[in-house]
Amino acid sequence: MLEIRLHGRGGQGAVTSAELIAIAAINKGNFAQAFPSFGPERRGAPVVAFCRVDDRKINIRAKVYKPDVVIVLDPGLLSLLDPTEGMGEGGILILNTRKKPEEITQVSGRNIKVVTVDANKIATEELGRPIVNTTMLGGFVRATGLLGIEDIKEPLLERFGKKLGERNLKAMERAYHEVSIGE
Amino acid sequence: MATQRKGIEVSIAMADAVAQANVDVIAAYPITPQTHIVEHLSEIVANGELDAEYVPVESEHSAMSVCCGSSAVGARTFTSTSSQGLALMAEIFYIAASMRLPMVMALANRSLSGPLSIWNDHTDTMMVRDAGWIHIFVENGQECYDNVFCGFRISEDPDIMLPLAINLDGFILTHMIEPVIYEDNETIRKYLPDVRMKNALHPDNPVSMGCFAMPEIYTEAQMSREHGVRNSYPTIVKAWQEWGDLTGRYYKPVETYRADDADYCIVTMGSYGETAMEVVDALREEGEKVGVVKIRLWRPFPFDDFRKAVLGKKSLIVIDRAISFGGPGGPVATELRSALYGKPGAPTIVNYVAGLAGRDVSRNDFKNIILEGKAKAEKGETDGFTLYGLRG
Repeated sequence: MLEIRLHGRGGQGAVTSAELIAIAAINKGNFAQAFPSFGPERRGAPVVAFCRVDDRKINIRAKVYKPDVVIVLDPGLLSLLDPTEGMGEGGILILNTRKKPEEITQVSGRNIKVVTVDANKIATEELGRPIVNTTMLGGFVRATGLLGIEDIKEPLLERFGKKLGERNLKAMERAYHEVSIGE
Repeated sequence: MATQRKGIEVSIAMADAVAQANVDVIAAYPITPQTHIVEHLSEIVANGELDAEYVPVESEHSAMSVCCGSSAVGARTFTSTSSQGLALMAEIFYIAASMRLPMVMALANRSLSGPLSIWNDHTDTMMVRDAGWIHIFVENGQECYDNVFCGFRISEDPDIMLPLAINLDGFILTHMIEPVIYEDNETIRKYLPDVRMKNALHPDNPVSMGCFAMPEIYTEAQMSREHGVRNSYPTIVKAWQEWGDLTGRYYKPVETYRADDADYCIVTMGSYGETAMEVVDALREEGEKVGVVKIRLWRPFPFDDFRKAVLGKKSLIVIDRAISFGGPGGPVATELRSALYGKPGAPTIVNYVAGLAGRDVSRNDFKNIILEGKAKAEKGETDGFTLYGLRG
C-alpha cells in the first residue's frame, strides 16, 4: 500500500489532487481512498488531504500517519510545518518550489528522495493563475511511477471539462518534464 | 447484468442509489456532513434525470413533516440529516415510526452540541435509538450504496411499514472517495419494484392517521410498535439474503471476522469495523487470538445472532462512539451487557468510548485498545467504561 499526504492551503485544490490520484488508480482496477482532513474549510489556511492506493481492498478508516509520499502545494508551508513528519526511510517528498532538491536542507542526511518543480510558474503560464493541484500531479507521476499521465488524463478531463481540462493537462505534462529529482 | 465500478465520493454514490431506487419525494435541509447527498439529489432532480419532488424545506422539522405526508400517500420517500438536524427533527421522527410510515434516511452520524462540533461520532443516532425506527450501520461506500435499495425494500415491505435509518459515519464515509460498484437499473427494478403501499391516504378510501390516544389505547399502540420493530427481523434478513443472491454481496445482522476461535473480540458499529479487521490481522500474526464482531443491525437488536457469535468467549472489548453521562457505560456496551446477563458462557465486557467528535482512532490506537482491554479483562476490571485517549 502506498500512503500519500498532501499539504496545501484552502482553495489550492489539495483535495482535488488526492481525488484525481485515487480515481485514476481505481479506474486501473486498483483500490484507493482520497479524503480531506475534515474541518471547516477556510481559503488560505493550511489544509491536509490524504490518499491511499493498494492492489487489495483498503480497510483503514484513519488519517495517514506514516506517508510514503508527501506533496506540498504551497512553497510558503515549508517554513510552517515539517513536511516529512512521520515519513520513514525511502520516502518521496514532492515540493512546489523554485529551489533545487539539494537546497532543501530539512531532509539533509536522510534517505528521502526530494523532487522539486516550479509549479507556480507553470500553472501561472498555462492556467493564468497559480492553482497548482493538477500541475503537481505531473511531479507525482514522475517521482513515483505509480500512475502514468494517461491514467490521470481521463478523470482530469471529466473533472474540469474539455477546455479547462486540456490546459490543466498541459500544465501537468510540463511539470512531468520540468521536475528536478534529487540524488 | 452489467455493473460499473467507479471511484466516487460515498455521498454521491448514495445519492445515485437513491435516484436509481426511483424515489418520488426527497425533503431535506442541508447540514454538514450530510450535505453532499441531498445537494447531488437536488441536481439530479433539477436536471430532469429523476422524476421526483425535491422539497427544499426551511428546517429539518419541516423535512420530516414533508416526509411523513409523502409517505402517508404512498410515495417512496427519502431524507438525510445529521446531528443538530436530527435533534430538530426528533419530534416528528418519533411520529413517523408510530404512524408506520416507510421511508429511508441517510443519517450521516455526527456529534451533538455542545461544545459545537461538526465531526463524527454516534451521539446523534443514540438520541433516537428508542423511536421505533429500524437502524442499520454500514462501514464502507459499497454498503452505503447497497443498503439504500435494501433499506427501501425492508421499510416498505407490507409486513413491516417502518421508517429506516442507514447510519453512516460522517466525513469518514460521507467525504471519502473510494471504489463503489453500481448495479444496473434492471437489477434494481427486479429487487425493488415501484412502491405499492397499502393503507395509503386516498380520497376514495378515507383513513385516519396519527390519532389522539386515550390511556385506554396508548399501551396497546406501543405494544403494536414493539411487535412491528421486533418482528421485522426475518424480513430484514431475507431482504439482505436476496440482495446477496443478486449481487454477491451479503449482509447479516451481526458479522464476525476471525472470531470463531478467538478468545477476545473487539465489538464495533459502523466504519470502525474495517480498521478493527486490519488490526486483528496484525495481532493474529503476533499470536493473539482475537477477532471482530460487528453489529450491523442495531434495531431490532439481533439478540440470537449476537449471543451465538460471542457466548463462550473470554471477553469482549466494546468500542462505543457516545457517552451516557452518569450511566453504566456507552450505549452499545450497556445493551450488550444486558443481552448477555445471566447467560451461561457469557464473556465479560470491557468498554471503551473512543473517537468522539472526529478524534482519529488509528491502527495503533485500535491495537492499544485491544491489548489494554484484554489486560483489563484478565484483571477483572470490567465495570463502567474508559474514555480512550483522554488527555490531562
